[in-house]
Parts: sequence; structure tokens; C-alpha cells
Amino acid sequence: MKRTLENMEEQFETFQILNEEGKVVNEDAMPELSDEELRELMYRMVYTRILDQRSIALNRQGRLGFYAPTAGQEASQLGTQFALEQEDFILPAYRDVPQLIWHGLPLYKAFLFSRGHYHGNQMPEGVNALSPQIIIGAQYTQAAGVAMGLKKRGKNSVAITYTGDGGTSQGDFYEGINFAGAYQAPAIFVVQNNQFAISVPVEKQTAADTLAQKAIAAGIEGIQVDGMDILAVYAATKAARERGINGEGPTLIETLTYRYGPHTMAGDDPTRYRTEDMDNEWEQRDPIVRFRKYLEEKGIWSEDEENEVIEKAKEEIKAAIKKTDEQPKQKVTELIDNMYEELPAHLQEQREEYKEKESK
Amino acid sequence: MAQMTMIQAITEALRTELKNDENVLVFGEDVGQNGGVFRATEGLQQEFGEDRVFDTPLAESGIIGMSTGLSTQGFRPVPEIQFFGFVYEAMDAINGQMARLRYRSGNTENAPVTIRSPFGGGVHTPELHADSLEGLITQQPGMKVVIPSNPYDAKGLLISSIRDNDPVVYLEHMKLYRSFREEVPDEDYTVDLGKANVKREGTDVTIVAYGAMVHAALKAADELEQDGVQAEVIDLRTVMPIDFDTIVESVQKTNRVVMVQEAQRQAGIASYVVSQIQERAILHLEAPIKTVAAPDTVYAFTQAEEVWLPNYKDITEKVNEVIHF
Repeated sequence: MKRTLENMEEQFETFQILNEEGKVVNEDAMPELSDEELRELMYRMVYTRILDQRSIALNRQGRLGFYAPTAGQEASQLGTQFALEQEDFILPAYRDVPQLIWHGLPLYKAFLFSRGHYHGNQMPEGVNALSPQIIIGAQYTQAAGVAMGLKKRGKNSVAITYTGDGGTSQGDFYEGINFAGAYQAPAIFVVQNNQFAISVPVEKQTAADTLAQKAIAAGIEGIQVDGMDILAVYAATKAARERGINGEGPTLIETLTYRYGPHTMAGDDPTRYRTEDMDNEWEQRDPIVRFRKYLEEKGIWSEDEENEVIEKAKEEIKAAIKKTDEQPKQKVTELIDNMYEELPAHLQEQREEYKEKESK
Repeated sequence: MAQMTMIQAITEALRTELKNDENVLVFGEDVGQNGGVFRATEGLQQEFGEDRVFDTPLAESGIIGMSTGLSTQGFRPVPEIQFFGFVYEAMDAINGQMARLRYRSGNTENAPVTIRSPFGGGVHTPELHADSLEGLITQQPGMKVVIPSNPYDAKGLLISSIRDNDPVVYLEHMKLYRSFREEVPDEDYTVDLGKANVKREGTDVTIVAYGAMVHAALKAADELEQDGVQAEVIDLRTVMPIDFDTIVESVQKTNRVVMVQEAQRQAGIASYVVSQIQERAILHLEAPIKTVAAPDTVYAFTQAEEVWLPNYKDITEKVNEVIHF
């Protein structure tokens, strides 16, 4: 079904399965997930929340480096990733480290990325992903290319990429969705609308009522999803994936979500641009609280289990940090080696210079 | 062997690599059905099909970003930027992204992309078509920049660029596209990236040039010979990396240098070449190095273009200055 300019409100009505009370409000849309899979989703969200808390603490102790908090966005991040297959290719933005972790990036490598060590950017064999993108929107045009490549190779897999609400103002955002549309490439473009691009609210970003409707201009499928509802996020992504591999082209998914923390740990102060009321209002929609209610109602989750997850996460994070600390320091000579397949003469000379310096 | 113009040699190189490697993809604005605005891709879509040679939407950043994405799937993209003045639209996609892919990924990914693009003055284009913007790319570590001056090199350098596993910007001077023909072998052959070519041997002065300026330098050398000055002319062929060994070897022989570029004095690579000569060979110099370049204005409007562009007379003048220093 092609979206049109008519009845926009109806077409881009927020897709929800689980309401804030953890009740299923859209039984027809319920994805086929086993109890084990449902528990896995909860496990991942709780684990990731703990990872966020520990990362913030480590950052404050000066032990982590660059970090963009994720709390509040767990459903949006993990629901999309859970709909993927291992062969699918992720092009994350800087806040999307959790998706990489659940796609197979070891925790210590995520920490190395934060600390500014290139080993953190080296995806292990079989983890199809690029390292987190820093430039807003650049990953969108690349995702179109990855998806086009997957299609040309005849693979049954998709490329998925992420940006925020601010990213939709970039030219690359439109170029990416438009290229993928023109080639009917199997791409999923996720816009995690967490309401603020650092401090600028989404209303100042665009006159469009939804970000999902930007799909119309590119002639592709678009959907707005309750980004605090992991079942809706999962179902929407799963459907987008199906369309992609069936040759029905790309999908733009806007997830309505919220980051509880600051933009990054480098000095952003959200009280300058958000009210406490707004924070409270969004925390009422918390993805973990609502999913916990749903699972407990089903009798497949308990406080004890959750505490076990928390302990396990803490243990694993501790072990990963230890491993991170043990990694060899990177050398400038290694950086030089990573510039070209074969070093040109001028870099060979500079390599000698740094080899000398580093031997001292 | 056939007599070919530079643009024919470029088409030949593309055909050769499309045949040699099924991962090679050729695409850009108007490159498919239309065969490119200069006909560089003439007939290639018919020969290799739309899957390999195709048109793109009109968006330079998208074209380059897509190329980086295709690289992750093992393709060897050869995108075209229709005119290099349009490269500003793709600066992040090139310098911010493609150039850094190998580095950023710790050598686990690479972008074997060759970005072809016409540029160069003297053909009366509207604004932002003719500018010499190679300096924008040479200043970005991770990129290579190739600028052929003749049909033979054009084919061999383009084949080398496409086979290279790092990103290359391959710039085609519009004035050279059809200005002359020369023998170009039918078989595939390569010209090494990063190797300069001594186009003319001489003992009295070294003229370093690239692109269309190689021809101005050769003409200047002919003129100078009548006055008894033997000029050595070096065609850099690749402006990143630069073959300093060949330059220094020549300087050691001639002890005098004139650096020539079509780009403005503050742009291009002249400053870098001059600084490297002084670091590597200053005690061999008998005179200051002189630079022939365009003035530091925005590229000239068409009616002032002929005066604005450096020419062979500017070169002979500077050579005389260094000879009679």
C-alpha cells in the first residue's frame, strides 16, 4: 500500500500494541513471539538499562570516555534489533551501541569505542555492521548502498539504519530514503524521535506533523510507532523486513521515544530545555515498566528473575571493563597502518618516525 | 593499437574493468542510457546491462554515500560526479566518510571506490564546473587523487584506480578530453599510482606539472630550448600520493624548479610540493622555487578565463626568473 497525502492523521496514527498499563490494545497486530522470546526481550531491556546506568557511572569516574545515554529508548533500540536476522546489516548512530551489542559486538569492544580505541570499531567476523556514525545522517545514504548491495547479491537480508528526530532535517536523510526507494532496496530507516535534537524540540525541527510522513515524498512505506512499546516496535520492524526481502522496497519507521538522560555525558544539561513535567510524563510510558506488567500478568516474569538479570549484567559489565583495561594501548604506527592497503612513501617515512618515538 | 582521444581511453578502461571484474559497477547522473554528458560511458549500459551500469537520482552526497555502502558488500563502485564543482555536495560523503572507512573500522572494511569527475578550465562552462578542487581531496588522509594528462596514462591510471583497494578521485580535464589522439594499446595495462613521469629530460630547470598544465609546460620547454635552456618536465600523474623521489632526483640534476598548477596559488598541491622540495633538497637549489598558478580569486567568469588560467608564457617567464636569479 502506497501512502498518500490524504487522511494523513489516520495513516500515521501511532501504532501501538501494548499500552502504558501493559494491556494489549491491538490483539490483531500481536507478533508471534514465544514466551521464551518475550522473556528475552525483557532480559535485554533490563540488561541494557543497567548497562546505561553503569556506563554513566563509569563516565563520571573518568573511566569510560564518550557516551550517549540510552535509558528510555530500550524498546525502540532493542525491538528493532530483535526483528533482525544475523545476516542483516546495521548502520548505527552514536547512541545505538545497544543494537550492536545484541547483534554480537562484545561488551568490552563497546567500551573500547567509548574510550576511543580503534579495536572498538572492529566488528567481529559475522557481525554485519559499521561502527557508530558521528555525522548526523551520513549513515542514511550508506544504508541505501548496503541495501542495494544486498539486493544485487540476491541475499535475503536487509540494511537497517538509525537516526534521531534532528537527523530528518539533513539532506542525507532524504537522499538516503529516496535512493533506496528509487532502487527498491531492502532498507529499514529508523527515526528514533526522542523529542529533542540535543536541545531543539522536534516542533522547531519541522512543520511536518509526523516524521514518518516524510516517507510519502520518497514514495516509500512509512509508519509511526509507539517507541516505548517493544511489541509494536518489533512488529513494525518485522513487517518492514518482510517487505524488504520480498522486493517491496524500504520502510521509514518513526519511533516515539524519549531519552531520560542528557544528550551525551560531555556537559549537556537537559534542565535547560526540558521541564520536569515532561520528563515525568514520558517516564510514565517507560518501556520496561509496561512490559514488566504485561509479562507478570502472563505469569512469565518475576521480581526475582529481574534481580538475577540485574546481577548478571553488573557482573558481566565488571568483567568487560576489566578486559577493556587489559587491552594494549593503541599506537600511532597502527593508525598509520590502517590508512591504506599499501602505505605510500610519505606515510612510510612518518611511520618510521613514530616507530622511533614509540620505542622510547 | 588504436589512436584514441582521452575520453575514448577512459571509456576503454571502464569497459576493460567491467569485463575483468563483475564487482565493478559504473553509475552516476546520466551515465546509463545517455552514456554520460561527455559520453565517457557511451555504450556501456547496452554492453553490460542496467545492473552494472546505471543512472542515479540527482544527488551527489547520495551517490557517494551509496558507493561506500556498496563497498561493504564487496562491490567496486565507479561513480561519476558530473562536474567536480559539484563535489561540495558530497564533501562529507567523501572526506568525512569514504576516506575514513578503512581507518575507522580498524582495517576491517575498505572502500575500493573510484570517483571519476570532469574538471578544468578553458572550455567556457558556467560557474562551478571548471574549478581545480583536487586540493580539497589531497588534504584528506585516506584518499588518492589521480589526474591524467594524456590518453595512454588515462587508460592505465583508471584501470589502476579501479583495482586499487582504497578510494581514488580520478579527475579528467575537460580540455584534454578530445584535444588530441595518441596510440593506446588494446590490451589491459596499468600505470602505477603514485609514480610521476619524466615527460621531457633536461638539465637546467625542473618544471613540475599535472593535468592540462603538463602540455603548457611542454610547450614552454620547446620555447625555452630555442633560447638554449634545457627544461625537464615532470608529469605528476598522481597528486596524492606525490612521487617526491622523482622530483628530488630531478632537482639534484637541474638545481632549479618551477611548480605549475592550474589551481589557485592557495589551492591545489603547489605549496605542499614546494615545502617538500625545500625539506628534501634545499642544498641543491640555486634559486628560489617559483610557482605558476591561477590568482587567488574564485574561478574566473568565462570572459576572463583565458587570462586567468596559467599558460605556457607564464611558465617561460618564471623559468627565466629562476635561471637568471
